[in-house]
Amino acid sequence: MLSHPPLRRRSGFQVNAVGLAAGAIVLFWAIVALVGPDLAPHPPGEIVDFDFYGPVSARLWMGSDYLGRDIFSRILMGARYTVGISLAAVCIACFSGIVLGMTAAVIGGWFDTLLSRFLDALSSIPSKLFGLVVVAAVGSSIPVLVLVLAVIYTPGSYRFARALAVNSNTMDYVAVARARGEGTGYLITQEILPNIAGPVLADLGLRFVFIVLLLSGLSFLGLGVQPPYADWGSLVRENLGGLPFAAPAVIFPCLAIASLTISVNLLIDNLPVRIRDRSD
Amino acid sequence: MTGQITLLVLGRLGVALITLVIVSFVVFGATEMLPGDVAQILLGQAATPEAVAGLREAMHLNEPALLRYAHWLFGLAQGHLGTSYANHMPIAGLIGGRLMNTLQLAAVTTVIAVPTALFLGITAAMYQGTLYDRVVTTTIVAVISVPEFMIATMAVLVFAVWLKWLPALSFANDVASFGELLRIFAMPVITLCCVISAQMIRMTRAAVIDALKMPYVEMALLKGASRSRIVLHHALPNAIGPIVNAMALSLSYLLGGVIIVETIFNYPGIAKLMVDAVATRDLPLIQTCAMIFCFGYLTLITAADIIAILSNPRLRR
Repeated sequence: MLSHPPLRRRSGFQVNAVGLAAGAIVLFWAIVALVGPDLAPHPPGEIVDFDFYGPVSARLWMGSDYLGRDIFSRILMGARYTVGISLAAVCIACFSGIVLGMTAAVIGGWFDTLLSRFLDALSSIPSKLFGLVVVAAVGSSIPVLVLVLAVIYTPGSYRFARALAVNSNTMDYVAVARARGEGTGYLITQEILPNIAGPVLADLGLRFVFIVLLLSGLSFLGLGVQPPYADWGSLVRENLGGLPFAAPAVIFPCLAIASLTISVNLLIDNLPVRIRDRSD
Repeated sequence: MTGQITLLVLGRLGVALITLVIVSFVVFGATEMLPGDVAQILLGQAATPEAVAGLREAMHLNEPALLRYAHWLFGLAQGHLGTSYANHMPIAGLIGGRLMNTLQLAAVTTVIAVPTALFLGITAAMYQGTLYDRVVTTTIVAVISVPEFMIATMAVLVFAVWLKWLPALSFANDVASFGELLRIFAMPVITLCCVISAQMIRMTRAAVIDALKMPYVEMALLKGASRSRIVLHHALPNAIGPIVNAMALSLSYLLGGVIIVETIFNYPGIAKLMVDAVATRDLPLIQTCAMIFCFGYLTLITAADIIAILSNPRLRR
């Protein structure tokens, strides 16, 4: 394939329109997760309508749910659970995955082999099943959910970070640092991490989507966030009875999940190549 | 050469077996974390301490966890699946029919999804960059990025609520005719097909496009072969390995999908049984179902790996 040299070098990163729009939606949900409940027109737990599965109206922007609660307010509140839990889980998963991956790549040997085998075995349990079994055993609470989601997605992150770190580990500058007598900690934080940061961040975004999907799936099965609190998956579950009448109560939470996950995917696909594939 | 391949395949099977043991350890360990005394829970509040102690003895609960794990694993290997906590029925009986139902669903889905995905994936790669390709790839990104239950919900909205072709929720208890069977299967199968074929189309398209970048394809182009001949005759045979690998991998998405689909459509399969067992905290039943699922998943992943090894000489090192 031919590779064209850039005709003129622009300073900074180039972003396209799709990426910008997706970024705006992601930013919107992040803000909603932070301040959303204060903006809600009604308290999320309050019954404001005597009609259940009510239609979209000027007062209830997204209709009412199976008890006559305002769906719009509940979605604003649910954003906090969906985004918050997923973000916490993805941070723990990627942090442990990246640290373990880089350590395994730098140390190598039996440590690397054992850890890789074990995490491979862990990743060959279907994610939804793993969640199901653990939640059945210890019950569902927010800390348990965060930990379970983090454990499920650590192996993937480990594999990704390790593969990048193994490449980076063969570079001359790492050999030089090693010859200088630097320790493992220095090698990981000062030499390898800066060189794999871009792709690792993109991977974090993709993993965030997987976690949102799994969390919603678990909540949909009744194993995620427990009433009276509700994330978007629980909202769909609660209002599933309205599905035969195409109630807005079941459609809008679905749309909320889709808008978040599709935007994150599009944002990462449209990231400037210089951030995404910096390790090349 | 053949000996080397046999060795590689056997090695892969060995890894799968070790993985299965580790998985069983994790499943057993997870269910061990349950707080409270199982014997006490089973017998209820009114049980005498003697009765509880007797049951603990009978269930080997006083033995160390590792020994009980060994017991359980040996029992499982010999087909002794144990008894359900909730209704004291043998688990083998509970699972039997349900497993068949789930396998039927999986089989019907596979038969429909694989040819569709192959067709869409190959044609998208053939007309890469055209409007058709972009529509297909965008749809796939959308389908992959939303949860399975949302696809099921949308299917209900479209086919049951707006078009009124199918009932919103189906029960397999009252099947009288072939037409009814079709109506019951339709919605779960549509949903599952969407879930798994999205991945298949994506990977098939990528495999064919990779093959199209090879020098021999350029050669075929230069000698004047038509586009369909280049794709079907030159590129496709070399992409078969990765495509079959992709098929096996995508089929493993059936497992996640089946849990959601059986729940939302009330389909009496093994996943629904397991979700219900979670609600009643019926641990032996959950353990057995989990092991069946993991076994199926591992089989598919291992099959995918072995196909990849067999089809690509470069992986045989």
